[in-house]
Amino acid sequence: MKRSKTAFWIFVIPSLVIYVTFMLVPLVASLGLSFFEWTGYGAKKFVGFSNYIKLFTEEPNNQRLGNALKNNAYFFVITMLIQNVLALVLAVFLQKGLRGFKTLRTIFFAPCTVSVIIVGFLWTLIYNPIWGPLNNILAGIGLEKLQMAWLGNKATALPAIAVANAWQYSGIPMMLFVAGLNAIPNELYEACAVDGGNEWHKFRHVTIPSIKSVILIVSTMTFVGNFSSFEIIYAMEGTLAGPNYATDVMGTLFYRTAFGARTGSPADMGLGATIAAVMSVVIGVGVLFWLRLYIKQDDTKGS
Amino acid sequence: MARKKISLSNIIITTFLLVYSAYVIYPLFLMVMTSLKPTMEIMKNPLALPTKPIFTGFIRIFRDANFLLYLKNSVFVTVLALTFSLTSSIFLSYALARYDGKTVNRLYFLFLAGMIIPIRLGVLFLNVMLNALGMLDSLFSLVLIYTAMSIPFSMYILTGYIRMIPREMDEAAFIDGCSSFQMIPKMIVPLLKPAIATVAIYNFLPIWNDVYFPLIFIFDSSKKTFMQYVTLFFGQYQTDWNLVFAALTFATLVSLGFYAIGSKQLVQGLTAGALKG
Repeated sequence: MKRSKTAFWIFVIPSLVIYVTFMLVPLVASLGLSFFEWTGYGAKKFVGFSNYIKLFTEEPNNQRLGNALKNNAYFFVITMLIQNVLALVLAVFLQKGLRGFKTLRTIFFAPCTVSVIIVGFLWTLIYNPIWGPLNNILAGIGLEKLQMAWLGNKATALPAIAVANAWQYSGIPMMLFVAGLNAIPNELYEACAVDGGNEWHKFRHVTIPSIKSVILIVSTMTFVGNFSSFEIIYAMEGTLAGPNYATDVMGTLFYRTAFGARTGSPADMGLGATIAAVMSVVIGVGVLFWLRLYIKQDDTKGS
Repeated sequence: MARKKISLSNIIITTFLLVYSAYVIYPLFLMVMTSLKPTMEIMKNPLALPTKPIFTGFIRIFRDANFLLYLKNSVFVTVLALTFSLTSSIFLSYALARYDGKTVNRLYFLFLAGMIIPIRLGVLFLNVMLNALGMLDSLFSLVLIYTAMSIPFSMYILTGYIRMIPREMDEAAFIDGCSSFQMIPKMIVPLLKPAIATVAIYNFLPIWNDVYFPLIFIFDSSKKTFMQYVTLFFGQYQTDWNLVFAALTFATLVSLGFYAIGSKQLVQGLTAGALKG
């Protein structure tokens, strides 16, 4: 049956216009803005690569950039280790399907639905050095020595934020792992048992290989999420991402640079656009890396 | 399979999961308890249960005219963005599911890309654009951004659903003299109800909870959103903990209430969005 082409475009155009105008064009055109000098008001001046030179070679910009990239990488590694490993453990345990486990799963996912900003505030209070529960609990179990200003200490600030972040988000990878585990045919486990495999063998040789694609997608989601994060740092450490930039990530550096007028320093939209361009490249490379692995994996599955 | 027995490993697993659920619940529990205590008591006994629960914090926020205004602003933005994205995505998905060819495939992947790329990377050009259009500081600009943000996921889910509806069905309708414009709302939409619920619930939370775009685009104090209000509130009343916690608790209860209604759809959407097939 022939369907009308006109109808096709009538159906597609409203979404296409909104999507292209408010998503694709801004993404691409923001990259273009990195070649201009402007403060957000008044005329833009084409300056070639001078923003990139400013960002990569001039102090303090280059130090801030290096610091933010390093912090982002650190944030990513901690999140992978605590949030995603925890999520996998939870999923494997929930898979035992004992009574009441469905309710537990619902509870574990609940914090994902709360606004990041609220989670940030809540954990700021938990870490409060004077009356925050964490230090009180440590005192209660005789660990006064460990008491400290968790968010005010350079060494603990970023891990403390990563813990709050993991508290909120482990539910998402957990659900994805649960779905992945459900798709593993039971015969594989039985075959492993016949070969004399114990629980660990089953996990190592059946579970992990079977959920490789889920592990990949979880890693990518974590990567993209971390390298575009802003709110959790903003809520817990403000736009200055203290103490002394110890929690400064690309998202906060970008916000401060581009919209600096609101945080006390002069706004430099051109430089901000350059930081956004670096973020786009980092995120783009991360996504492509994942896509390659994903496609490769799909090929081996198909053959 | 052997019947489930009470084994040592099951005891360990259950204990671990129960301890973890206590860890998940505790911060939320603490928040609710604190919202029911006077500020003095919070300072003195931060961890104890309230000696006598008080609701003054809640009463004060409900009497705050701004609170209701910002709540209204957020409802306006969320409802409009969800309506726009759903309506446009239904037609889009129908077209992508029912037509074949290279263009259709390319469009599908163009929209799909939006599921992984964070829209916030384009915020600077959005700023320039909205400024040029005279739309800075307008709730409607948020509606359009959130609509664009919701289209990729809606398209992904709805297209998948429509592909499962046999094409013969629409063809029968065409023979009866129905045009596609009549057929989609009359025949396709009723069949899509579960998918529409998944899409609406999945897209609701990031819109309702967002504070990034309002922070950048909204300055007028009469146009702020509810989450922006909670943010300001936290800074403004840092010493009035009872009030702050009442606001945080209320905002959290809205999200959790929504989760209670739509948890099934939410999880379905999440796993469908991330896992193929």
